[in-house]
Amino acid sequence: MPATTGALERKKTKSAIGAGSLALRDRGKRVRRHWQLYLLVLLPVAYLIIFKYIPMYGAQIAFRDFSPVKGILGSDWAGFKHFRTFFESPNFWVLIKNTLVISLYSLLVGFPAPILLALALNEVRGMRFKRLVQMVTFAPYFISTIVMVSMIILFLSPRLGFVDHILNAFGMESINFMGIPDYFSSIFVWSNVWQGIGYGAVIYLAALSGINVDLYEAARVDGASRIRKVWHIDLPGILPAATVLLILNVGQIMNVGFEKIYLMQNPLNTSTSEVISTYVYKIGLLGANFSFSAAVDLFNSVINLILLLSVNYAARRFSESSLW
Amino acid sequence: MTRSTAIRESFGDKLFLALVYAFLVLILLVVLYPLIYIVSSSFSSPQAVISGRVWLLPVDFSLAGYRAIFSNPQIMTGYGNSLFYTVFGVLINVSLTVMMAYPLSRTTFYGRHVLMGLLVLTMMFSGGLIPYYLTVKNLHLLDTRWAMLLPSAMAVWQVIIARTFFQSSIPKELGEAAELDGCSDFGFLWRVVLPLSKPILAVLVLMYAVSQWNAYFEALIFLKSTNLFPLQIILRNILILNSIDSSMMVDANKMAAMQGLRDLLKFSLIVVATLPVLAIYPFVQKYFVQGIMIGSLKG
Repeated sequence: MPATTGALERKKTKSAIGAGSLALRDRGKRVRRHWQLYLLVLLPVAYLIIFKYIPMYGAQIAFRDFSPVKGILGSDWAGFKHFRTFFESPNFWVLIKNTLVISLYSLLVGFPAPILLALALNEVRGMRFKRLVQMVTFAPYFISTIVMVSMIILFLSPRLGFVDHILNAFGMESINFMGIPDYFSSIFVWSNVWQGIGYGAVIYLAALSGINVDLYEAARVDGASRIRKVWHIDLPGILPAATVLLILNVGQIMNVGFEKIYLMQNPLNTSTSEVISTYVYKIGLLGANFSFSAAVDLFNSVINLILLLSVNYAARRFSESSLW
Repeated sequence: MTRSTAIRESFGDKLFLALVYAFLVLILLVVLYPLIYIVSSSFSSPQAVISGRVWLLPVDFSLAGYRAIFSNPQIMTGYGNSLFYTVFGVLINVSLTVMMAYPLSRTTFYGRHVLMGLLVLTMMFSGGLIPYYLTVKNLHLLDTRWAMLLPSAMAVWQVIIARTFFQSSIPKELGEAAELDGCSDFGFLWRVVLPLSKPILAVLVLMYAVSQWNAYFEALIFLKSTNLFPLQIILRNILILNSIDSSMMVDANKMAAMQGLRDLLKFSLIVVATLPVLAIYPFVQKYFVQGIMIGSLKG
């Protein structure tokens, strides 16, 4: 992806410029001739510095005892105190468990679902039906998280929801789905699939449309069945895209979406729905415990980064596609 | 190959195809039904909604829910605010994205690899919620309209999409020719690149508009004044926290009717809140799909 092409170009420009002082003078001239480009990036770079890099620098409050009066740089150092408190707290394993259960479940279901849809759509010959399915499955992408969660709550409500009406129609008791901790992860994951399957499939459909037609022709001549074509041509065709997406997904394992989970929480289900990001928000911003929650957050980010780097490393070793 | 195996294989293929179609029809129904159910409920009478008589089409057609929404000042303020944040937010978003992506796409821009690296790094690692909040606080942006516009002024992913588009669809020779003719980088961007980039601009506008209209996280952590709230926060209060300002129930003085209206209102509100983005979707689907593809494959 981005970085791969970047590396390639870097090689090209390097050889084009050549080495030595000539290149250096050339470089200076080039910068001066294209000063307008540097003027253009000024604002975006200022944005990156202010809203991305200063907060990164500010993450050091995880190692301090933050006091609003003294500010970030003036607060006293606390070393790893907050990290230790977090690791020793009874919440630690609960949070880790909830976060991992929800994210691994998401990965297991949410990752293959769009692939299945794309493979199935690719078999369809009637363009109109194909477009209809694509259009309808894409539509939920536009629904905001708040509306999505309220739809879930409405549909599963023991009084109003159609799920309840169906249960009653079959003579079953009403169930308060949102109040049962065991159901939380399933509701979260499957509603995500409902909302994201069409959007996710687009990438794979693009990959499928890029497969060389000669391959299908050859398979047809050899008398391959449809399933074999899917298995031997389609799947290898989308493998690069799938690998990259898998790496990105694994790199986000500890980041289960705050927005949706926070909205889906209620006092009855917090035993399985409290994850690291919601905990950070509650302890940090609502409880004004800045340093401690920053430490929890930092721990989370570092784990994510390590996961991302190791999966990418593994992908580079064992397959041809990786992020960089 | 003998004739009998050919027939058996084609039977297998037929079965496979039938399963594929069944699977797709199932998905189609599962995605479509909740959407239809919401819309139909929103046009039904409160009694029909509570008693669960709505299955597919509106029952006892009524506009009570919509009337309640449009007579509610809180919702209307939220709607106005969301419109404001979306229009100005998208303006800032698209400008900054182009200002970043265009130089990154030029080979004559020395230092672009460093800049690209700095950009991608912010995707992989972040300072976290608390330092982010403190930064916004130190800039005195808390509880101002700027808090909804500046912290989310540019998205890395969109910059990458735009850069990829500029790189792949603006021929390098065009830039060189323009340079020889004495055209400045500004001039080239304004007179050549932007007019050639209408599809990607459409994609950027759409993607940013959807995320601005649907944004609630920034409002949740940065805003306190009710008169600044975007629609999404108002929705959260009504739909999820279930707190409805009693002033909204002006025309419903009976308690029972009030509860019914309260439930009905949720369905109508979902429709009203989602309609603006959903309405433009059929017209722009082509661009959207194109945008995702540029970002994912060529990126």
